[in-house]
Amino acid sequence: MKLLVNFSRGKGRKPIIAQVVRDTGVLINVERAVIDSSEGEALIDVPDDQCKLVSDTMISLGAKVHILEHGVSLDESECVDCGACISICPREVFSFDRDWKLSLDEKRCVLCGKCVDACPSHALTLPV
Amino acid sequence: MHKTISQINERIRDGSARVVTAEEMPAIVAELGEQGALKEVDVVTTGTFGAMCSSGAFFNFGHAEPPIRMERIWLNNVEAYGGLAAVDTYIGATQQSDTREDEYGGAHVLEDLVAGKSVELRASSRGTDCYPRRTITTELLLENVNQAIMCNPRNAYQRYNAATNTTDRTLHTYMGTLLPGCGNVSYSGAGLLNPLSNDPHLRLIGSGVPIFLCGAQGMVVGEGTQHSPAGGFGTLMVTGDLKQMSQDYLRAATMTGYGVTLYVGLGIPLPVLDIDVVRATAVRDEDISVDILDYAVPSRSRPVLRKVNYAELRSGSIDLNGEEVKTSSLSSFRRARKVAAELKGWVEQGKMQLALPTRQIDPKKVSRPMHQSTRGPRVLDIMDRQVVSIREDEEIKTAAKKLLRGETNHLPVINAAGILVGIVTTFDISKAVANPGKAHLVKDIMKTKVITAKPEEAVDIAVQKLEQYNISALPVVDAEHRVLGILTAMNLGKLFGGRWLK
Repeated sequence: MKLLVNFSRGKGRKPIIAQVVRDTGVLINVERAVIDSSEGEALIDVPDDQCKLVSDTMISLGAKVHILEHGVSLDESECVDCGACISICPREVFSFDRDWKLSLDEKRCVLCGKCVDACPSHALTLPV
Repeated sequence: MHKTISQINERIRDGSARVVTAEEMPAIVAELGEQGALKEVDVVTTGTFGAMCSSGAFFNFGHAEPPIRMERIWLNNVEAYGGLAAVDTYIGATQQSDTREDEYGGAHVLEDLVAGKSVELRASSRGTDCYPRRTITTELLLENVNQAIMCNPRNAYQRYNAATNTTDRTLHTYMGTLLPGCGNVSYSGAGLLNPLSNDPHLRLIGSGVPIFLCGAQGMVVGEGTQHSPAGGFGTLMVTGDLKQMSQDYLRAATMTGYGVTLYVGLGIPLPVLDIDVVRATAVRDEDISVDILDYAVPSRSRPVLRKVNYAELRSGSIDLNGEEVKTSSLSSFRRARKVAAELKGWVEQGKMQLALPTRQIDPKKVSRPMHQSTRGPRVLDIMDRQVVSIREDEEIKTAAKKLLRGETNHLPVINAAGILVGIVTTFDISKAVANPGKAHLVKDIMKTKVITAKPEEAVDIAVQKLEQYNISALPVVDAEHRVLGILTAMNLGKLFGGRWLK
């Protein structure tokens, strides 16, 4: 399960992710993160059965947690199966099936949004 | 053995013609041999589905009451050509909307009409005795216009060079998004299904030949613009009735940072007349190679990084300087197949008969670059030759004095040999003064990654650099990286009112 975690680093600059790992013992995979002096946003991946535990602990430490149930989504009526997205994606979300139809492995998506701009047909959108 | 076009058409009429797609042909020739394939196969259908920017359509709207001689014309705020008199126009696929920029353009107007949506026609005129009306605004469906004739000046490129990017930033091109550091390779084209690749000597494809165009029965007008078959880059001008077209094979698209384009589905049925046709239509992806060009170089002639064939491109990754690089197609092989398959159905069912060209297309033509009678401004024409520079081992204070005295904001930094090694700006110096630390020398605070210009470079290229890197000056250097001058935003003022605007 993927979680989008937002935290402000205002008071005491708490090492939130490290603390959650230590307190819960859950190994967190950080897929991408943007952290500056005042705030941070991290996309993390945790096992489904420990999602609630991680999420609750994060919230208790002052972070905002948003569960991401979906990756990038494909509007099949707009897609022409060109494959412009395939080489743009850093996580190999896209591939062609045997019939050269574009297929999408949503679970791999880390919502970086690179494919959205690269799609000539405006067929890809990120969940809001 | 050879067959005539009338024998083949007779078989099409009585439903006995053997029709295969160009994708099936190589295996058939491998199995039956060339003579066997000639005997067996009557028609090979080809297909391609890709971005074809040079496309558009003619419209005749019929006369309004009172009548108007339309001089400026817009369809859904996309300007169409107003030089065809009265109620005719041509809308080009890449023309962008006046209000929605690259979100909407001529291609979208065409797709909306084909999809059954209404489009607003707006036109103005100066008014004449015979055409008194000055303006008109009306909503139109495709069925409301007398004619909507797609006529695409340059379609069906025989093949297209692949693209990559050696710079350290992402490029947005008509070849799609090119990641930095050769992060990907993009390509376009249907390879073995491509019409012209199956008739490279243009024996069968020429004026009047029936084709599949976006789901309609169209025809080849003749050679396309920029037709250059001698180098393997033949093109076709094609036409067809927009009213018969389908959204499955006509799609508007936007290449981010480049603009609007139209995806066109195009297929040509080829009569298998003789052994030469068998050989040509047995072409495989492996047999069709293109260059991988480096789009880092903003020039007409881009450097070739390597040659590659369509089988390699389609495999998903290729080797580039020892690294595996992912490939992306911009055209759709799946839809190209659909075009060839649908066309195959048409011929099998007798819906389309074949014809030989009424006029051949020149198979040896070479397209030349533009003849330029005047040269645009170059960096050396407008750069400042009086450039104040500083040595890297001088003190920051000296740099500050030089900046003040030179009335400039940029100091190129050179080493003992006179080679450019960095740049300092008033900002760098203010920062060093405001936060005094260990830095004493120019080399402690200078930026070492300097964006430079070459004296012979076109000013447009230099301006592009200023914009891209959000900077206001470019040191101009020679081949040895010695500073010859500096180009600042101030120098660009020389372009206005000067001789370059004549």
